[in-house]
Amino acid sequence: MKNPIHFQLNGQAVTLDIDDERPLLGVLRGELGLTGTKYGCGAALCGACTVMADGQAVRACKTPLRNVAGKSVVTVEGLMHRGKLSALQQAFIDFGAFQCGYCTSGMLMSATLLLHNSPHPTRAEIVSHMERNLCRCGAHQRIVMAIEAAALQRRQPA
Amino acid sequence: MSARQPLERRRFLQLLGGGIVVLVGLGPDALQAEGASHLVPEDFNAFLVVGENGRITLLSGKVEMGQGVMTSQAQMLAEELGVALNAIDVVLGDTDRCPWDMGTYGSLTTSTFGPALRAAGAQARSALVSLAAGRLGVPEAQLRVRNGVVSVRGAPEKSISFGALSKGARMVRVVDQPAVLRAVATFQIIGTSPVRLDAIQKVTGAAKYTADIRRPGMLYAHLLRPPMHGATRTSLVVASAERLPGVTVVHEDDLIAVLHADDESAALALAALHATWALPDATLDQDNIFEHLLATSPEPREVTRLGDPVAARKLAVRVFDTTFHKGYVAHAALEPHAALAEFSRGRMTVWASTQTPFPTRDGIAKALGLPISAVRVITPLIGGGFGGKSAFGQAIEAARLARITGKPVQVAWSRADEFYNDTFDPAALVTIASGVDQAGLVSLWDYSVIAAGTRGTKLPYAPPNLRVRSSGKLFETAGTDAPSVHPFAVGAWRGPGANMNVFAAESQIDIMAAALGIDALEFRLRNLTDARMRRVLQTAASTFGWKASTTPAAGGRGCGVACCIDAGTYVATMAEVQVDLRSGRVHVLRVVCAEDLGLVINPEGARMQIEGGLTMGLGYVLSEELRFHGGEILDRNFDSYEIPRFSVVPRIEAVLVQNDTLAPQGGGEPAITTTGAVIANAVYAATGVRMLRLPMLPARLQQAMLAQGIH
Repeated sequence: MKNPIHFQLNGQAVTLDIDDERPLLGVLRGELGLTGTKYGCGAALCGACTVMADGQAVRACKTPLRNVAGKSVVTVEGLMHRGKLSALQQAFIDFGAFQCGYCTSGMLMSATLLLHNSPHPTRAEIVSHMERNLCRCGAHQRIVMAIEAAALQRRQPA
Repeated sequence: MSARQPLERRRFLQLLGGGIVVLVGLGPDALQAEGASHLVPEDFNAFLVVGENGRITLLSGKVEMGQGVMTSQAQMLAEELGVALNAIDVVLGDTDRCPWDMGTYGSLTTSTFGPALRAAGAQARSALVSLAAGRLGVPEAQLRVRNGVVSVRGAPEKSISFGALSKGARMVRVVDQPAVLRAVATFQIIGTSPVRLDAIQKVTGAAKYTADIRRPGMLYAHLLRPPMHGATRTSLVVASAERLPGVTVVHEDDLIAVLHADDESAALALAALHATWALPDATLDQDNIFEHLLATSPEPREVTRLGDPVAARKLAVRVFDTTFHKGYVAHAALEPHAALAEFSRGRMTVWASTQTPFPTRDGIAKALGLPISAVRVITPLIGGGFGGKSAFGQAIEAARLARITGKPVQVAWSRADEFYNDTFDPAALVTIASGVDQAGLVSLWDYSVIAAGTRGTKLPYAPPNLRVRSSGKLFETAGTDAPSVHPFAVGAWRGPGANMNVFAAESQIDIMAAALGIDALEFRLRNLTDARMRRVLQTAASTFGWKASTTPAAGGRGCGVACCIDAGTYVATMAEVQVDLRSGRVHVLRVVCAEDLGLVINPEGARMQIEGGLTMGLGYVLSEELRFHGGEILDRNFDSYEIPRFSVVPRIEAVLVQNDTLAPQGGGEPAITTTGAVIANAVYAATGVRMLRLPMLPARLQQAMLAQGIH
């Protein structure tokens, strides 16, 4: 038996004594009950399972659990801060940046990472960064507007 | 048919408990509109409950798959009942609790179900006012309703809440005649765009879709699929899968599945099954399918005839003969089909991502030999439907496995399963012979469609000589004896058939305009007498800034227009494209779409449907065409099957043309049906090249440009 895996999940310490080759997606959804992260393709092609690990975007469906050992993982369930929606979450609601909502968790995680690394992205940067996240309902232009609005809000002094 | 199975009234009354229950009997007209005359609910089709706590429960068979009907249905009810939107709890697609419903498709929720729902709200309000009159000792005419409270005009301190009125009421009202609905001018909730009721849960990850439901002791199942449709199994070895710890293998007739308490272990066990297959000869592919359709489709039958099309051909100043093609298209909703089934004490409960909860229930009952009353389907939020989730094979698979294993079983299709089992939008052909008279008006329209059906063949124009012929049903699903002309299942795909028919018709109109040297918008207006369509076109033109043009541009940049009537809604779309003359790649720069959809319940929701439809449409227009080899589906994931991405999506402006005096019309599908023609017409304007086949893959456009000496 391998050693247990330790990592941070949405700010909480987690220890798991399971096969560390299992994809993170199934561990999150099955073992840990965090079903906000979605299966869409199983091949890191659609982005519905995007989570953050130490500030990097990770496709949970193709990431073995061992890859996040010792890291800090954030899922969509960890985006709220002290019971308040993040600026991005609020902007997604304000701009109607989702319909069915199935891609939304992955969109929010990719966009959160974008604004983390590049607080004031141009529209072209947003499009390029979000390119590998798929949406079938056609909420794209509203997602771009929501990201722009959230970025603008961060720019303003608190 | 066993479908005539309304919920037993006694059973749902038990389920509902106290309060005031309102049922609505839908007249036969509304049922005809759903194309369902043989599926008649016994005596009611909508209801709501006014609870003793003052909460209103809206129960509807129309499900939420992203189109926003959780919110818009609540808006309609809140308006008519006289309560705040947040006083309403919504239960959708639970066959034990909600009224019978055909399914959520055809852009019918607001137009067909909406009136029944509003009538229920109005009837409930009237019942509550009548109760209040007795309790307050005041005539009904002196009472008013606001925010769930009935009060006396001029003496607001004399009031009583809906909740208080419902206490111990236990009354049932059946609406069987037209209710008095609120006047448009008094609307406070209809016509506004409140925050969607599903918004918070969808941005926090709390929203539950079918595959998110957990039951104690549940197993995850993965099913063995043949390598191609039409294959027959010649051997199966399950021993090495069975040896895996915790794995259960089920083999019953065609059902071969591996199950495990965690999803990935079940998926891994599937790879340990060893089967061999006898494969049928495969000759068809996405390029030769059209010859096959021509050869195998039945003789087209005449659907419409007006004037004398044969004579008109001889009399026409110019005649245009064109044939259009379109390939198979996948639904590719981001959420694959999923179901969770639990069999307990003779009752089967199935949570399913389905657009058709009641047909799904009936289908499960039939497949398992259970009485319909022993099956309950519950519909969680759906991650996109687009017609694809009218089919419910995954629910039957889960139900069979739950009964066999005695445990709750989840069947969540992999993306490859999803492609394999999809009911694709069919490949189709349209041939048009059209003619113009000396005045430059369309004098002949002789239209023949194969495999797309007739939706979208009704023109907004009125040519005096007209014939429409159609061959083959659009939906070749189980239950028909006729052999399918398609190598795999086909079915309804957002705007079924109309995507092909509007592409063909509105391209043909453009071909005629160009040949006559008349601007595409001008030619349409000259041929249009329908004031609604003229207004919609003119609105699109002014918003877009349409500039009249009679010759294609040389530089690869151009604008196109297309219009149609679909689901009662009038649509006009304009687009500007930039074509890369070397690669044949089409870059759509901007789109304007004007729609008259009658009274609009939720303007922002309507605009989102327009934007979403046009975005989705760019897929079948520019990149999506299923590749196959006979019954073998070659596209199995998003690496080769290319749906629109952020870089493909232009700025889309949706304009709602106000028409409040008309009842609400369809919103989910109309816009998408114009996508093929508007882009093809813009590509023509940009290059002088007329694309007659969808999708306009870069290589195809490149080849067409080379053939015309453009490079």
